[in-house]
Amino acid sequence: MTFEVGSGLSIGVILATVIVVAAMLIWVERRLLSFWQERLGPNRVGPFGLLQVVADMIKIFTKEDWVPPFADKFSFVLAPAIIMTVILLSFSVIPFAPGVGVVDSNIGVLFVLAMASLGAYSVMLAGLSSDNKYALLGSLRAAAQMISYEVFMGISILGVVALSGSFNLREIVLAQEENGWYIFPQFIGFVIFLIAGVAESHRLPFDIPEAEQEICAGYHTEYSGMKFGMFFVGEYLGLVLISSLITVLFFGGWLGPSFLPGIFWFALKSFVFIAFFILLRAAIPRPRYDQLMTYGWLFLLPVSLLNLLITGVIILSTS
Amino acid sequence: MISSAENSSQTVPAALEQMRQLHGDLIRSEQVTCDGMPTVWVDRQDIKTVLRALRDETTPRFEMLFDVTAIDERLRCNRAGQPASEFTVVYHLMSFSGNCDFRVKVALQDSDLTIPSVVQLWPSANWYEREVWDMFGIKFDGHPNLYRIVLPPTWKGHALRKEHPARATEMEPFSLSDEQEDYEQAALKFKPEEWGMKRESENSEFMFLNLGPNHPSVHGAFRIALQLDGEILVDAVPDIGYHHRGAEKMGERQSWHTYIPYTDRIDYLGGVMNNLPYVMAVEKMAGIEVPERVKVIRVMLSEMFRICSHLLFYGTFAQDVGQLSPIFYMFVERERIFNIIESICGARMHPGWFRIGGVAQDLPNGWEKRIQELLDFMPARLDEYDSMVMNNGILKRRTQGVGVYDTNEAFNWGVTGAGLRATGLEWDFRKQRPYSGYENFEFDVPIAVNGDCYDRCAIRVEEMRQSLRIIKQCMDNMPSGNYKSDHPLTTPPRKENTMQDIETLINHFLSVSWGPVIPANEVTMTIEATKGLNSYYLISDGSTTSYRTRIRTPSFAHLQMIPEISRGFMVSDLIAIIASIDFVMADVDR
Repeated sequence: MTFEVGSGLSIGVILATVIVVAAMLIWVERRLLSFWQERLGPNRVGPFGLLQVVADMIKIFTKEDWVPPFADKFSFVLAPAIIMTVILLSFSVIPFAPGVGVVDSNIGVLFVLAMASLGAYSVMLAGLSSDNKYALLGSLRAAAQMISYEVFMGISILGVVALSGSFNLREIVLAQEENGWYIFPQFIGFVIFLIAGVAESHRLPFDIPEAEQEICAGYHTEYSGMKFGMFFVGEYLGLVLISSLITVLFFGGWLGPSFLPGIFWFALKSFVFIAFFILLRAAIPRPRYDQLMTYGWLFLLPVSLLNLLITGVIILSTS
Repeated sequence: MISSAENSSQTVPAALEQMRQLHGDLIRSEQVTCDGMPTVWVDRQDIKTVLRALRDETTPRFEMLFDVTAIDERLRCNRAGQPASEFTVVYHLMSFSGNCDFRVKVALQDSDLTIPSVVQLWPSANWYEREVWDMFGIKFDGHPNLYRIVLPPTWKGHALRKEHPARATEMEPFSLSDEQEDYEQAALKFKPEEWGMKRESENSEFMFLNLGPNHPSVHGAFRIALQLDGEILVDAVPDIGYHHRGAEKMGERQSWHTYIPYTDRIDYLGGVMNNLPYVMAVEKMAGIEVPERVKVIRVMLSEMFRICSHLLFYGTFAQDVGQLSPIFYMFVERERIFNIIESICGARMHPGWFRIGGVAQDLPNGWEKRIQELLDFMPARLDEYDSMVMNNGILKRRTQGVGVYDTNEAFNWGVTGAGLRATGLEWDFRKQRPYSGYENFEFDVPIAVNGDCYDRCAIRVEEMRQSLRIIKQCMDNMPSGNYKSDHPLTTPPRKENTMQDIETLINHFLSVSWGPVIPANEVTMTIEATKGLNSYYLISDGSTTSYRTRIRTPSFAHLQMIPEISRGFMVSDLIAIIASIDFVMADVDR
């Protein structure tokens, strides 16, 4: 079997890597947070606490698989499966390096956006099926937040699509080889995509659907064991996905000086953004739900539309 | 400010003189207590007239109903000159314009325990009257919801009556069967109709959300039932009592000395500062004058605990609006201060270190060095937190204009401390009626004007800086002398001469084995604690234990006004409001 785009081996390796990286992120986040917060973090299991993830996995896999008697069993079980599935599917269109990827789709960008929209179902189903008021509030918040921020997310990357002339993520990277990284012409688009990305993966400061201090754990209040673990890992998968997308769309994907292989550059760039997201979590308080919506609709939407308009004008005037 | 509690015992306070003229016919009797607070007895049918006169007619006006409590007088021996009473309801009013207090007492008989409610005069009376009903079984006519407040709704009897057992050994061993558990659970179920709440409005159904007693942001075991329209708060009913330990009842069974550690745990973040009003009250009754060194040591330790408590508040406040990191930084500081406290007191959070007539030990060698460490590292860190928390745009947007009340509302609801100063009133008990030598220290009283969540936090931040100033002055001007008074009622008594002198030996033996006998009297002693005004109202019947220990805590009053200031806001705002109040449930439930 050969290692090329779409081969079975390649799919297997990518799937395994992505899940392992997401799981390891639990440890990375805890260590990084504690580093920034004047404490030690998990450092007891294995060297530097590296095996903490293994210990957590053992715990989470051996926990009682419990469904609350008052929950709607079918959707309660389905919800965490959806989030894992859609995010893993999104990875299929990411070009990690030349020859590394699952599929080079002509509708790659649209596919990612579509999958992100499906992710909202997971959160809503989880909240509704739990039959818990906190979960309900969480899923209402999540639905509103995810649907709104998808709009800005979509519009913010249209500039990149217009510049590269393609919805294919691999072609977008290749286009950056000729034209330079899109972070420069599309800086506003990048900022909006970043903000929308945080909101999509509902992490602090936009963790409003699961704001612990307000609504306990929001939509996954009733979840425990492996089903909770899937939401948990799903969140980290989302983090990796958003970071990969930023790398691909704005920072030239695998492109970099040739003394290192492309995959390394890709990983390095993505990690920088992952660390940045974690730093955000350590630094910024959470806006109120309505403030977030107002900010989105009254500020981000006009700005992203304006960005698209200006990009269009420039493309038309230079061609 | 004119009359302090100290000199008012010699001259007749202005308010009492006016009351004699205005309503002399209603005053049944006057009582003299050793704290010099004017105390009058009135009939129960006149209580509203008298309290209204004190609120509206006298100069100075008494703006705040500071405390309402009761005394079970049936076993009390030393009450010569007081009207016959089996149960006495005590109203403690406070005047901020005149900086003085007034106490009104009403005598009741066990056969007819009813008295008109004063909720119409002060909304804060609501919880106080419920507590009196809960603890003594005194009914308040016209009270809107006279339910139990601290004890569970299923409780039998009224705990502070003298016939109610005070020790677990006096009761059957506790067991909870499944049926009993279900019964208790059902009793706790929130029924909106009981509180006059509708289940639906014209166009929508309300959601009733049970926030607590176990919720990440309620700072202990506190429950608040919310009536929500979407995420907008229509109304709320706070439910307290989950942290009740019967501290007042324990006061009636512990000796004067052995009660000191219990006071530590009232406001469990205040540490030895809780001891202060208690030991000062006992010292007042015993007539003990403590040495200057003791006063300064007490002030220094109290201010260190004030910083610790405010740091915890500061961190959790930031955390409750979603900022994760500050609490960790602040715990580092808090830890360092606790280390210093430990090296002085031998314990960290609850040293129980003050004694009647002094403190437990003298300061250890080299204490100045450790205090200097604190003074060196704190200011820079506080500045850093300003830029991290107070100047953060998102935090400002979350907390400014949220949970606003003005000075008048604060008076109506019994709000004291930083919550009162945030409304623009410069009123700090340490300045207004200096105790324990606060008059010798230079410090400012920070105030703010908006009375919102942000301002309440800003004041506490500034107070930490002022506390550092006080600590520095303590360190620079620590008087020499004894760490304990020579008075025979000091606990534990001085031991040096016990082997030379039989009087001292006998006194030491009795004081240690029985505990000191404090002369019969009544006293209220108030301090500016970490969260507001904390006062102890002690009644001695000339015995080794207190006859009645009333602990008035600031948090109790503050929690009561949560619904008032959070209506119309969102759930997220409620969390910010709760965080900005700065309470611990131990301080509420006692």
